[in-house]
Order: sequence, then C-alpha cells, then structure tokens
Amino acid sequence: MKKKSLIWLLVLALSCFMLLAGCGSNSGEDAGDIKAGFICLHDENSTYDLNFINGAKEACEKLGVDYEIKTNIPEGQECYDAAAELVDAGCGIIFADSFGHEDYMIQAAKDFPDVQFCHSTGTKAHTEGVENYHNAFASIYQGRYLAGVAAGMKLNEMIKDGKIKANEAKIGYVGAFTYAEVVSGYTSFFLGARSECKTATMEVTFTGSWYDETAEKEAANKLMDRDCVLISQHADSMGAPTACEKRNVPDVSYNGSTVDSCPNTFIVSSRIDWAPYYEYAIKAAGSGEAIDTDWTGTLDTNSVQLTEVNEKAAAEGTADRIKEVEEALKSGDTQVFDTSAFTVKGKKLDSYKADVDTDKDYKPDTEVIKDGYFHESEFRSAPYFDLQIDGIKLLDTKF
Amino acid sequence: MDKNKEPLIHITKRSDMPQKQAWLIRLFAIVAALIVCAIVTTLTTGLDPISVFSEMLDGNFGSERKVWILGKELAILLCVSLGLTPAFKMKFWNLGGEGQVLIGALVTAAIMLYLGETLPNPLLILVMFIGAVGAGAIWAAIPAFFKAKWNTNETLFTLMMNYVAIQLVAFFVIIWEVPKGSGKVGVINQTSMAGWLPDIGGQKYLLIILMVAVVTVLMHIYLKYSKHGYEISVVGESMNTARYVGIKTGKVIVRTLLVSGAICGLAGWMMVAGSDHTITTTLAGGRGFLGIMVAWLAQFSPVGMIATSFLLAFMARGASEISTAFQLNHSFGDILTGILLFFIIGCEFFINYKVHFRKKEGGIEHV
Repeated sequence: MKKKSLIWLLVLALSCFMLLAGCGSNSGEDAGDIKAGFICLHDENSTYDLNFINGAKEACEKLGVDYEIKTNIPEGQECYDAAAELVDAGCGIIFADSFGHEDYMIQAAKDFPDVQFCHSTGTKAHTEGVENYHNAFASIYQGRYLAGVAAGMKLNEMIKDGKIKANEAKIGYVGAFTYAEVVSGYTSFFLGARSECKTATMEVTFTGSWYDETAEKEAANKLMDRDCVLISQHADSMGAPTACEKRNVPDVSYNGSTVDSCPNTFIVSSRIDWAPYYEYAIKAAGSGEAIDTDWTGTLDTNSVQLTEVNEKAAAEGTADRIKEVEEALKSGDTQVFDTSAFTVKGKKLDSYKADVDTDKDYKPDTEVIKDGYFHESEFRSAPYFDLQIDGIKLLDTKF
Repeated sequence: MDKNKEPLIHITKRSDMPQKQAWLIRLFAIVAALIVCAIVTTLTTGLDPISVFSEMLDGNFGSERKVWILGKELAILLCVSLGLTPAFKMKFWNLGGEGQVLIGALVTAAIMLYLGETLPNPLLILVMFIGAVGAGAIWAAIPAFFKAKWNTNETLFTLMMNYVAIQLVAFFVIIWEVPKGSGKVGVINQTSMAGWLPDIGGQKYLLIILMVAVVTVLMHIYLKYSKHGYEISVVGESMNTARYVGIKTGKVIVRTLLVSGAICGLAGWMMVAGSDHTITTTLAGGRGFLGIMVAWLAQFSPVGMIATSFLLAFMARGASEISTAFQLNHSFGDILTGILLFFIIGCEFFINYKVHFRKKEGGIEHV
C-alpha cells in the first residue's frame, strides 16, 4: 500500500507542477538569419568558460543574432545531446569550448550536415574530413610571452630592490595537466620572463584538474613554500591568485584580470578573446561562406589579448615594454620559440617532429623547426609544443 | 523540579492514519514545496516562478528528442537503482554502485578497443555484455565474500572498491588516450561503430530503455515471487531469524551481491556501448549514490522506482534547461530538487509518526 501511495504521490506532484506550469507563457522566438548555439563545460564560475561566454555574448550582440548557451555540459554523450537539442532549437552554427567535446561534436556534425560545428581547442578537423566541422584556437603563446615579459621585469625590480638575490629569481607555475597546451603555455611564459631576467628559473606543478580551487591554492602555497617569488597559472579558478594575495607574492593570472580580488599582487593577465572568431564564423555561416577548417587567432585578429597592467604591483615601465615586444612579435622580428633562446638537455635544437595529425600511435609527423624557430600553431591551431626545455623543473606530472 | 518530567516533544509510531488524511498531508506537502520553491525563486533570482516551472517542463518534454533523452537518463539511473535494490533490501549497505558501474564500463571499453576489429558486431556486443556483467558481479561479490566469511564492514569495503575502480579506469585511460597527453580516450570506434548498440527505428536510446524495462519486470518478479527474494527479505529483517529457519546467510549474501553487481555492470555496458561510447573516471556520474536515494524513496519497489528515478531525472533535465533559458547557475536547479525532496520525504514522517507535545500540567496533548 505504501509503495503504491508513493507512486500516486509523485503523480500528484507532477500534475501540480504541470498545472502551475500550464499557466505560464512561452517566450517568443526572435527572428534572425542565423541562430548560434554554445556548449560550455562549466558555467560562469570558471574563468575559462566565463571567457567563452563573454566572447559569445559580445559577438552575438554585435551581429544582432539570437543565441543560446548551454552550460555544465560534460565531455560525454551529453555534449552530443546538447548539440542535437541546439539544432532542434534552430541553431545554424554551434560552438563547443572544451577539448573532450571534440568527438561528440564530430558525431553531431556527421548527423546534422546542414549545421556548422565549431570546436575550440580541438585537433582533428584538419584530418577528419567532415566538411561542416571546424577547429579554432589562438596563438596564446604570444600572449603568455608578453605576460612573461611583465613577470621578468618584476623579478628584475625585486633583485634591484634587494628583496631577492639574482640567483633566487624562481617562478612558480600552477598547471592543470601536462598537456601540450599547458607545456606550450608555461614555456612561452618562461621564455618571456627570461628575455628580461636572465637568471630566471621556474618550477611547475600540476593539479590534474582544469578547475579545482582548493588544489590550485595548495599548489600555489607549495610553490611559495619552495621559495618561488612570483606565481603564474594555467588552471581556471581563483585559487592561485588569492593564495598569492594572502602572502603578498606577485602573480600573473590567466583568462582575465583578477585585480578586483588581488589589488596588491596582480600584475597582468593574458587571455584569448573568442569574440573575433565567433564573429567571423557566425558571419560566414550566415552568408553561406566556408569557415576555415582550422582557424588560428593572433595578435593581429585581436584574439590574443592582455589585460591592463596593474601599476601597483607591476615594475615601472611594464606597459610600455609590453607594447614594444608586442610590435616585435607582430612584425616577426621576435619569435617566441626562437631556438637560440632555449636548449633541451643542454643542446640547441635544429629539428623536431611534432605530433600534429592526431592518431592512435602518437606518431610525430611534422617538422616544426624552420628558419631558426619552432612554428607553434601554424600547422594546426591547437598547440603542439611539448618539449621540456632547460631552466624549467617539473615537480610532478598529471595526465 | 520533577526529574521524571515528560520531554517537551516526543514521537510515537502510528499506523492508524486514515487514507484520506494521509493524502491530505501529501497534497499539502507538495503544495508547500512548490510555494517554497516559488518564494525562493522570486527572492533569489527575481524571476517569475511560473515561467521557471514551465521552462523546466519544456526542458523535459519540449521536443521529441528531449523526451528520448529524458527516457535514456531515467533508464540508466533506474538500472543502477535496480542493481542496488536487492543488496539494500538485504540491509547490505552497497555503496559501491559507482565502482560496479565503472568496472563494467571499463571491461566493455576494453573489449570494444581490442576485439573491435576482429569479431562480428553481434558477437562483439554479446562478449562486451558478458564481460561487463561478469566484472560488475565480481566487483560486488568481493566485499560480499569478505562480509560472509569474516563479517567485515561492507559499507567501507564497497566504498573503497569505488576508488580502486576509479584508479583502474584512470590507469587505462592513460594507456588508451588519443592523442597522447590529452587524458581522453574519445569516442571509441567512431568510424567503424564496432560494438555500438544498434538504433531501433532510428532511435539511439530505445534499446537501452526497453532493456531496462525488462530488467525492472524481472527484478519485480525476483524480489516478490522467487525463493531468493524471500530469503533476501528474511536476511534483511534479521540475520539470526534467517539462520534459525535454515537459510545459509553467507551464500545468500554473496549470491545477492552477484546479482546486484551484475546489474550495475549492465548499466556500465549500456553507457559505453549504447550512449557515451567512451570511458572516463566520471562516467558513472554519481549514479551509484543517487541510485540509493531512488531505491529508498520507492521503498525498494522496482515499479515505484520508475517514478522516483523519473522525478530525479526530470529535475536534473529541468535544472539544466532553466540554467540555459535564464542563464541561472546549475546549482539553482539542485536547490529546487532539494526542496521538493525535503517535503516529499518529510511528509511521510508525519504520516508514519505521531508528534506529542507536553501539556502544561504534565499531561500529553496530541497533535
């Protein structure tokens, strides 16, 4: 009897629900040439996803197109379902923001050939041969290099002020996973710092998660306990920046300014601005033009951006120096991965084959060192720089 | 002061509440839950609660695809809950559902990867099925064996087995990951679709739903009409009684957990072969724990569990829809679910128990 009554109870609950809901009104549909859909791994509490969400809103509002954003979509069948639902909701172009969404986006692209599917950070579009499936990334290593310049200048200032000795200029870096994307990021950051401060060294630790506030805080504290005098990160929470603020250690954050929470320690932050890509892809899809299979945003497309420098924490003249280096990067006079600027196991590199085309056996397939530098994000948009260069010590690895 | 004074409040069990009154309490509880939900919605978000409720409905039934997705979510959650039920009915605290699902999923993925190109599809799917069900059964039977033999604590044991399973999956993900260093296996056999469950009538999830329906019926019969089911209830009521009437309790414990784990393994098989086609450490997604709530809420009736898993799947899908429609945080949906469950569970308390307040003169006032 009890069991039956419970079922009836639920039926009753739902009928009440529907009765109430029935009184509601449906929201009207906006007319527009094309509707854009967005799939995000987390929500606005993750700086990574917030950066995408802001880009999405900016691009759609600028173009005046209707859009729908789905947040907290895991990297599984949920991503396919979400994409299919967005197609049902009338989206003509759909974007996803996380690496693990890729296979499900490809699946959706195959099932819905009339809709364009764009995936940020993915690697397979240039080999998959699915016409309506595209990858995009930005040459964020250039932004990290610029942020590194600011870090190097801060180290110089600390040496000059007698706060540290020249051989104590050790940077701490909190990474998420030991993936090429992160390796490329911390290496370019370090090379930027060392271009200013010749004695800089770096220690890297990984949390094994893209978003874990406690782990990131602990990692930053661990690095500071190991006498790192400046911290940077490639993970998405406020863990590391707030830990730095508490101990008054200068910090270069990622994905946006943390100056509000960390007014005394925040120096500068680099980020990818996705709005230019979204704008480009939505426009192309709306007018029936082809979208690049593999699109790389650069400093020139305004895809790679630096926040305002926080004068309170940064060394004097940082903003001006960043501008100079930015111009040099744009003109090609300076290359981030210039092989004369780094060594691997004590040796300068003349040749390196990277795994650009994704395959099961992880076969290095493309020569990426030419003209004296490592050509990052050129053969495909997603980073493939995975060398361990001298001067950087990995405390652990996480896959 | 009178030391033997009556406590201010005391509670007694009752079984005499008339049906009519019981239903009035339930109706009141639901209305109260919806009102509280509405107030919380308006106070915290400033949104019109009616449009929020209507959007939740829309997220579940707004299109044919949404109904299918709801059906799939319901089916997989129900399958895990069905797996946990015989164990809990026997008062064996199986907190290892998560691990049993994962280990089934892991074996399924391994067979898909290694035999995907050698076996014909129907045979491959069958081998995956046997592997997953077997792995789940063994994973649950290990703590059961220890419980039967040495009376170890099954709560801790099953819980720890989850972590062993998670670590095993993490280990194999690194072996199978594509590309190297990505930590993702990705969709397995995406081009050949080897080992993928077939669509029925163009529907991806229909087969899963039908299979879970069959499992539900079988579980109902197993628990209610079979000798095994009877033994499970007796062992659950009292171990000593069971022994006294000649039931070999150790055997019943191990046998029941073999069944329990097998069904959880089956859920893992469905997720890898039928829906996600990949393996990750988070694939089970907390269903091993959520399933416990589904089973308890329905008081271990497989048919009742259809309703409770529907409720939880409905609320989860609805929560995701309102977070899209109103750009609310996902946690907001969880808050609404929490309020609804609080009232539903809470009202059963007032139906099954009587609350007495102390009268001023020491007598008892009934409420």
